[in-house]
Amino acid sequence: MTARAYVVATATEIPPGGRKIVDVAGRSVGVFNVGGRYFALRNACPHAGGPLCEGVLSGFVSSSAPGRYTYERRGEFLRCPWHQWEFDIRTGRSWVDPVRARVRSYQVGVEPGADLLACGAEPAGRARGPYSAETYPVTRDGEFVVVHV
Amino acid sequence: MRTNGLIDCDVHNAVSSDAALLPYLPARWRRHLELVGSRTFSPFAKGYAYPKAARFASRHDAWPPSGGLPGSDLDFMRAQLLDAYGVDYAVLNCLYRASEQRYDAYGAALATAVNDWQVEHWLERDPRLRASITVPFESPGLAAAEIDRAATHPGFVQVLLFPRTQQPLGKRHYWPIYEAATRAGLPVGIHAASTTPGPVTAAGWPSYYIEDHTSLAVAFQAQVISLIMEGVFDRFPDLRVVLMEGGFAWVPALGHRLDALHHRLRDEVPDLEHPPSHYLRDRIRITTQPMEEPERPADLVPLIRDIGQDVLMFSTDYPHWDFDNPHRAFQTRVPADLHQRIMFDNANAQYRFAP
Repeated sequence: MTARAYVVATATEIPPGGRKIVDVAGRSVGVFNVGGRYFALRNACPHAGGPLCEGVLSGFVSSSAPGRYTYERRGEFLRCPWHQWEFDIRTGRSWVDPVRARVRSYQVGVEPGADLLACGAEPAGRARGPYSAETYPVTRDGEFVVVHV
Repeated sequence: MRTNGLIDCDVHNAVSSDAALLPYLPARWRRHLELVGSRTFSPFAKGYAYPKAARFASRHDAWPPSGGLPGSDLDFMRAQLLDAYGVDYAVLNCLYRASEQRYDAYGAALATAVNDWQVEHWLERDPRLRASITVPFESPGLAAAEIDRAATHPGFVQVLLFPRTQQPLGKRHYWPIYEAATRAGLPVGIHAASTTPGPVTAAGWPSYYIEDHTSLAVAFQAQVISLIMEGVFDRFPDLRVVLMEGGFAWVPALGHRLDALHHRLRDEVPDLEHPPSHYLRDRIRITTQPMEEPERPADLVPLIRDIGQDVLMFSTDYPHWDFDNPHRAFQTRVPADLHQRIMFDNANAQYRFAP
């Protein structure tokens, strides 16, 4: 099955540090803006099924030796609201169990409305062509966040 | 009855504020609540020992939209737990600090208030709910009186004690509680919490929550050893004890060790009727949350067989942060018959659920 693209927000709607949880193709997906780049993860923690994308965004504390700490990548780690498992928002990889636990991540882009309309974007559920709008009346003069599922 | 095959043996309903208990307190104790208030042995003057990352020790998504604490809103509990997973019965363990009060008579009045509040706001409002009786168990005479009073309501299925106590629970001091529980036909449940100023480990106070959380299992073991060795199970042959939130992987090792010592030291406890491991299998029931997660997930099944197929009873610990999802709690495939025992049959045999 080829990935379909879904229009889920206007570009201004999710500011840096912000997020939006949307239903795309029958799944709950969290779309995040980290410093101007968009990321999308499935809203279900691979550990026990908690609503991962409702969790706190924080950095990662690492230690090179006892008593030495560094706090890095502020705002790029998502902590599950249930058991506090941490996931790298850029990859969906868990730092608790990197081998076995990984949350599905999706490609996200920002597209000008004119391009979307040219490809036939329509309200969700009546998709033709490569794009379907989630809840969005897509306008010619605007930029839109598009998730590829 | 048709069931979904799911009993949740540890759910926490919360008293949202002291004010919620005022209607259930006589004027004398209302005045005490307003003028003096709670005085416990907890070393945490404000709040709890839990990290801020999990405020009120709860799932982030468990704060009710109506305001109030996680576990304080029945409708929200229905939506997030009872209806969401199709729970047939849930056993409520209210952790309001009634049994922790230093002033025994005030603690007894609060316990009575909590139980009456549970009847009105929980037991009478959803046929799936059952509850443990809150008792001021450090004053066993007062606790026994409250058991006699509360147990007349069929919604109460257990007496609630804690594993961190002022003396080991097997001591004669506490026997009136076991007499009353037996009289009422109820098991005694021991749920992670404390009524003592003593440190959480025998080695003193640790630095980290991760140490607190792990040390709980040790307190449970101390109580199990005490109950067995002091002859509580022999004196009260109808008594069952349920351990809640203390882990279970330690059970086989403790049984082996006690049995081996019993061979050598039985002269000290000549009236013990059975080897210690017998009581662990026959008289003790254990709730599953937090589920053991061995490095090789499949090791869980032989461990459970070792403990005994009738011992474990499923629990979620909703709304707490270390909640176990009924659909995802086992990290390995558990054979269907064993799974059904853990999720339903064992608890159904243990508790008096039928009206």
